[in-house]
Amino acid sequence: MGGSRRIVEVEDLRLAYGTKEVLHGISFTIDRHEIFAVIGPAQSGKTSLLRCLNRTTDFIPGATVSGVVRVDGDDIRRVRDVFGLRRRVGMVAPLPVGLPMSIYDNVAFAPRCSGMTRKDELDEIVERCLTQAALWDEVKDRLSSLGTALSGGQQQRLTIARALSHQPEILCLDEFSIAIDPVTTMRIEDVLKNLRREITIILVTNLVQQARRLADRTMFLWNGEIVELGSSEIVFSEHPADRRTYDYVNGIFG
Amino acid sequence: MNGTDLAAQRFARTAHGARRERAQTFAKWLFGAMALAMVLPLVGIVAYLLYRAWPSLGWEFLVDLPRKGMREGGIWPAFVGTLYLVTISLAVAAPIGVLAAIYLNEYARDNWFNRLINLAVINLAGVPSIVHALFGLGAFVYAARLGFSILAASLTLAIMTLPVIIASTREALASVPRAFREACWNVGATRWQTIRGVVLPNSISGILTGIILQVSRAAGETAPIMFTGAVFYKAVQRGDLFPYRLGDQCMALSMHLYTVSTQVPNVEESIPYATAVVLLVSVLLVNATAIAARVFMRRRKRW
Repeated sequence: MGGSRRIVEVEDLRLAYGTKEVLHGISFTIDRHEIFAVIGPAQSGKTSLLRCLNRTTDFIPGATVSGVVRVDGDDIRRVRDVFGLRRRVGMVAPLPVGLPMSIYDNVAFAPRCSGMTRKDELDEIVERCLTQAALWDEVKDRLSSLGTALSGGQQQRLTIARALSHQPEILCLDEFSIAIDPVTTMRIEDVLKNLRREITIILVTNLVQQARRLADRTMFLWNGEIVELGSSEIVFSEHPADRRTYDYVNGIFG
Repeated sequence: MNGTDLAAQRFARTAHGARRERAQTFAKWLFGAMALAMVLPLVGIVAYLLYRAWPSLGWEFLVDLPRKGMREGGIWPAFVGTLYLVTISLAVAAPIGVLAAIYLNEYARDNWFNRLINLAVINLAGVPSIVHALFGLGAFVYAARLGFSILAASLTLAIMTLPVIIASTREALASVPRAFREACWNVGATRWQTIRGVVLPNSISGILTGIILQVSRAAGETAPIMFTGAVFYKAVQRGDLFPYRLGDQCMALSMHLYTVSTQVPNVEESIPYATAVVLLVSVLLVNATAIAARVFMRRRKRW
């Protein structure tokens, strides 16, 4: 554990909802401290892919997963403590979800679930995560007010703070910017650039420019298959390996 | 043409606009009238009952025993009997119903077995109370050897209310958005932590409302208790709050109302009405408590 360069290894991953297969056997690896972008049109399996990484596919009736996903060397189908796995793989959903509790409790929820009860430790985590999510200055005076009363952009940053609160090794962001304005998006992007020193970031995005700005490598997923996977310079260049990548990135697609 | 004229023209009433407005007014009054029509019978019933019951109403009527073969006196044994039956039946049905509903809504996978349970719950909710009565008679009075008793009658009422409590609790649980649950699962919360931390706090008012609405149903039913433990007359101490034991038979308001209105000749005219008023007021009081609890808890609801 720990030493390997590769933090996520996916081999021949297939996911089907009922009889409809949405991921058709994809394989790739993600390096430690990398920002790894996944781009692709709607229905191409991006969100499903993330669900496979933290095994929230367990909650979808009729979902069947085959293939191997290793997180830090552990085959996630075999991990005993799936809740521990989900703490290692943080997830930020596309639409901001402030839990119906105070801002403080929103961030302290995950640490409490893993058994942390000491007030000073929780205080420290709440402040650190809210600061990392670029929200601390706006809410530090009203931590006891409702998380759901925040604006959409603030709730999205609250969601990010919550995902950071259990100190994940990998942070998955699923189109985190669709509900927030460009200025806030830029602030969060700066946060991500800082975070990569500590963790690995998987960024699913519809914004091609965002992937180009942030990602070391980019994977173009289409209809549940990998069209192209390579360093962002090449994927977004004039001559990516696959013609479809160029078409998609430059809006010629379809 | 200057600017003001242009604006006036642009916002002038068109024939279409006027038609829409008329339709809108008509709909508002029609629906309002229907809502009002629903209130009228209620007010009518309560007023009529109070009017007829007036001569008998009073503290004395509540705490006194029936006298002269129910022709005079009060209704204390029946009132306390109903309290017993309702309390015990809900004490049994509420925990089982809520826990079952949590299982069905939060844990159960969508397979044939759980669909079968679901179907059973829905169908059970639709079974007429007289059938529950027969079941109670067979199962509790005879098979379980509880005899004709408060316990048997309460359990029969519990069986009757259980499916409705399960259904209403599931509804309350399902009204909590799935996104909240997923957010919890994504940070590594177990199902139980999710339920305790997010689902229950936001559905508890709905759950309680569903339970308390069953109070009026349990208090009003006659058939199930008539078959299993309620009797025509039972002497108890006047004003005694705990006159019965679980194995005793008891009187009940609904049953008492039935007997004094149809089975006993020459009853003082206001007695059946006064009994109905007591039943109605008790149920309304409980419902009012439910509403108060709901308002209190909704103030804490957070989205």
